[in-house]
Amino acid sequence: MAERIAIVGVGQTHHKSKRADVTTAELIAEAVERCLEDAGMQMKDIDHLVGGSFEVADGYHCPDKWIIPELGAVGKSGLEMQNVGTTGGVVAVAGFNLAATGLFDAVLCFAWQKMDEAAGAFGRGGGGANEYWTGQFPMSPITNFARRTYAYMDRSGCTEEHIAMVRVKQDQCAMKNPYAQLRLGLTVEKVMQDVLLAWPIRRLHMCPTTAGAAAFIVCPEAKAKKVTNKPLWVEDWFTCHQGGALTMAEDPTASTLRYACDVVYKRCGITNPKKEIQAWEVYEPASPAELRWIEEVGICEDYTAWKLFEQGKVGIDKEIPFNPSGGVTATNPIGATPVVRLVEAALQVRGDAGEHQVPGTINRALATGYGGQGENVIMLLRKSL
Amino acid sequence: MAGRVGIVAVAQTKFEERKSALHTGELMYDVTRDVMGQTGLEFKSDGTGIDCTTAAGLDLFSGPAGAYMFLGYIVGAYQREDERVLQDGAMAVYYGAMQVLSGHSDTVLLVAYNKESQVSKNQIEWVGMDQIYQRRVGLDFVSAAALQAMRYTTKYGITPEQCAKVVVKSRKNAGDNPFAMCCDSLTVDDVLRSTMLCDPIRVQEAKPVPVDGACAMILACEEKAKKITDKPVWITGLGTCYDHHELGWRDLADCDALTVAAQRAYKMAGIKDALKEFDLAEISEQYSYQELLWSEGLGFCGKGEGGKLIDSGKTQMGGDLPLNPSGGMLSGLPVCVAGMQPVVEAALQLRGQAGARQVPGAKKAVAHGVDGPAGQLQCVITLEN
Repeated sequence: MAERIAIVGVGQTHHKSKRADVTTAELIAEAVERCLEDAGMQMKDIDHLVGGSFEVADGYHCPDKWIIPELGAVGKSGLEMQNVGTTGGVVAVAGFNLAATGLFDAVLCFAWQKMDEAAGAFGRGGGGANEYWTGQFPMSPITNFARRTYAYMDRSGCTEEHIAMVRVKQDQCAMKNPYAQLRLGLTVEKVMQDVLLAWPIRRLHMCPTTAGAAAFIVCPEAKAKKVTNKPLWVEDWFTCHQGGALTMAEDPTASTLRYACDVVYKRCGITNPKKEIQAWEVYEPASPAELRWIEEVGICEDYTAWKLFEQGKVGIDKEIPFNPSGGVTATNPIGATPVVRLVEAALQVRGDAGEHQVPGTINRALATGYGGQGENVIMLLRKSL
Repeated sequence: MAGRVGIVAVAQTKFEERKSALHTGELMYDVTRDVMGQTGLEFKSDGTGIDCTTAAGLDLFSGPAGAYMFLGYIVGAYQREDERVLQDGAMAVYYGAMQVLSGHSDTVLLVAYNKESQVSKNQIEWVGMDQIYQRRVGLDFVSAAALQAMRYTTKYGITPEQCAKVVVKSRKNAGDNPFAMCCDSLTVDDVLRSTMLCDPIRVQEAKPVPVDGACAMILACEEKAKKITDKPVWITGLGTCYDHHELGWRDLADCDALTVAAQRAYKMAGIKDALKEFDLAEISEQYSYQELLWSEGLGFCGKGEGGKLIDSGKTQMGGDLPLNPSGGMLSGLPVCVAGMQPVVEAALQLRGQAGARQVPGAKKAVAHGVDGPAGQLQCVITLEN
């Protein structure tokens, strides 16, 4: 790495299903203003911007052209990134790369989705699929996770009740997060009675449609130390792509998460992730995904994560603080979702997460972005290097 | 910043009005296989091959969200890094270079693709205008360019003949480029007698639509570039800049964003006198007036002197600074690919591999890409061998 880099400010909107009171640019400005305020900076201190949304779900052609000037950034350098579900992930990674060159003092990264304005269902409903192969099947995230979850249940012995327990845990976390969209006060019984979309996926198990934005500022070491006395180090990052066709995967329950984590753990010398990483914000597009992700990041053995929920070991103040923000099933402004994960992980490491703060010292936190066909973006944060 | 970035291989398709027989993925397959074949580099799961694929594509042109999804298995990048720039191809080169300068990636495969024949360019570019002010009055990128052409030619007294000369030169140069689409020889009269497209821009003064095609290249860090090829082309300077989106908020007769982007790139590369120091320039001119205006922004002449520059003959083949030896966008390039093709062509020139269009002894070149209405986002890349 040319330069060590650190996050000096974060911000996000209060996520809602509808935001008829603001335009897309105004929505983003809310997150960006909070982020600049958090860093104690102004737009004039920023020299590069990176933005991104899942464009087709927004219905715009190159929205950066409209939005970057609206943010007061005319005359600055900028990039627009996109990678469908992992858009926020590649926005963040682009920011990391730019800051690490040392060519820029401060890079402002932001991502958004205003799903109340456009046909979000297009993007979520297979618009990203190959028109010859998977596009010919009704293969949306809903059916994709139905298939994955069915295979998982078949192999692990996990039941529908266990998946409902996962959803209840996610809701309990979201109830403590003022930025989360769905805060429902769920019980296992309520989840079990919910509408079935594609067995075993119920409506409550799928991520909602959200209008929201999130932003952060990343600086090279020298600048970061000038801006704040609590720089939050970005230790490593990795984007990992499966290659497309769902049907080609040997194991229908697996994603690229295990491989991506292995790459990052190896580079950072992490041998016991459960111990060495104290907070997790891992992108789960459906509640049962959390079970497999817990296994793939290396917290427990394959096909045993459901037992942790049965034993009540997962939660903000429990043995495994997985998705203390409530996660993606509570809040999902698609393009922005990976940045929301990063922002939440940052708050955890700083100790600023408020009611959903994981107790104890958080030295490392891991955030991820996930895309429909198995892509993962890993972002590892650290309190001190 | 970690050393220099080298271009180690480049490829492009022949540009054609309709590549109906080829799927977007096949288009990308041809060019990516080409550059991988030239370097002998592959994607390897042990991390010794190409580190990352960065694509430039425009979703609303591709149709399925994130046509990149095919890219992973087209290039064989299973579980490798994958990122995507949703802008002009030059921005992907800009970002690819940043990925190497950050020290995070040693080798990056870049690809830009577009099949304009599948969609309506005007309709897409119409939804590229902000939805509150400009879209409601029916502005798209063509009418924005016409407003700019009118303002520029009126303010500085640029004549229709001077604009038409740009087209004549482009088509003439394209005659020596086997990849170019339109190489019919035209006279100034032919251009000025062609149908009015959008006053004052005539059909022959605009980039032909539709055009299908793709470009690819591989970037490598200095150490690897020297091992891969004995003819690396070095990226010496990079600059981008955003202008206002609302056309009324800028003087369309000038291209301030390009001036700034060029200053950023020239400062990095140590360029003082662009006209003298560069041996050739490949720039993105969707409309004839743009070559004159962009020449001013790139510092080849003073403000308002673009007309005199073309009259002087300095930008012809054999002149001081041949502009677009490849024939450029006016001889037929798809948007998005149009920003990567200049870098590809400049690299071929600096390697002495440009065939009949070779500028003898070329050592330094500048490539330029543009995105958004009336040149809102500008990108300048300087190269040397």
